Amino acid sequence: MIHLQIQKAADQTYNSIKRSILPLLSVLLAIALFMSAIPKNFYNKIFTGNGFLDPLTGALFGSVAAGNPVNSYVIGGELLNQGIGLAAVTAFILSWVTVGVIQLPAEILMLGKKFALLRNLFSFISAIIIAILVAFILSFI
Amino acid sequence: MIKSLLLKISGSLKFFIIILCIYIIFAIFNTEIFIKSLYAFWNLFIEIIPVLILIYLLIFLSNLVLNSKKIIEVIKNASGILGYIISIIFGILSSGPIYMWYPLLSDLKEKGVKNSFIVIFLYNRAVKLPLIPMMIYYFGINYVIILTGFMIVFSVINGIVVEKFLTQKK
Repeated sequence: MIHLQIQKAADQTYNSIKRSILPLLSVLLAIALFMSAIPKNFYNKIFTGNGFLDPLTGALFGSVAAGNPVNSYVIGGELLNQGIGLAAVTAFILSWVTVGVIQLPAEILMLGKKFALLRNLFSFISAIIIAILVAFILSFI
Repeated sequence: MIKSLLLKISGSLKFFIIILCIYIIFAIFNTEIFIKSLYAFWNLFIEIIPVLILIYLLIFLSNLVLNSKKIIEVIKNASGILGYIISIIFGILSSGPIYMWYPLLSDLKEKGVKNSFIVIFLYNRAVKLPLIPMMIYYFGINYVIILTGFMIVFSVINGIVVEKFLTQKK
C-alpha cells in the first residue's frame, strides 16, 4: 500500500518536472538576457523628480526588471543617494519582487492566464499605493 | 502547413523557441551581450540547482501527503483567517526565485487550494528574511518595519480581490 503511494507520488512528481522544466529554462534564459542587455546605470536616467510620475515609473521598471532582489536594494540605495524620491524607489523595489513581466509567460502556463494577469496587475497597483503610503508615513517620523 | 504545425506546438515550447530566436539575433548582431547572457544563464542555472532539488522534493512530499483526500479537504476548506496566516508564513519562509514555485503551486491549485492563498503566498515571498539586514543598511529599520507591515496587509487584500475576480468570471 505504502509502496504504491510512493510510486504514485513519484510519477506525479516526474510529470511536474516534465511540465515545468522547459518554462523554467526559458525564464532563466530571458532573465540572463535582460540582466546582460540593461546596464545598472540605466535606472538613474529614468526618474524625472515628479512626485506622481516617479512611483509609476519606478513600478513600471521594477516590473520588467529581473534578478536577485539584492540588486534592487543596491540600485534603490544608489537612486536615493542621487536624490530620487523614496516613493519612486519603494515602488521600484516592491514591483521588482512582486511583479514579474519576464516570468509572466511561465506563470500563465503553470497557473492560468486570468490568475497570472490579475495577480500581476494587482501587485503592480499595490506597489504604487504602498510606496506612496510608506513615503508619506516616513515623512512624519 | 506552418499554421497547423504551430497549433501542435505547446505554449511552453513556443516560449522557449521565441527566447532562442532572440538569442540567435543577439549572437549575430551583438556577440558581447550574447556571451554575457550565456554566462549569466549558466550562473543562474548553477545557483538554482539546489533550490530546484528542494522544490521537487517538496512536490514529491506534497504528492505523497496531499493524496490523502482528508488532508486536501482541510486545505481546501481552510477557514479564512487560518488559511491567510498559513499562506503568509509559508510565503515569508519560502526561498528561491518565484518561478521555481510555479510547479508546486500549480499542483496545489489542481488539488483545489484557493487562489487567494496562492496569491498571498506569492506576494509574501517578497518579504525576504535573510535580506532584511541589507535592507535595513540601505533604508533604515523604520522603513523596513513599515514596508513589511504594508506588504503583509496588501498581500491579503490582493488575495481576496483576485479570488473575487476569478470566481465572478467563472
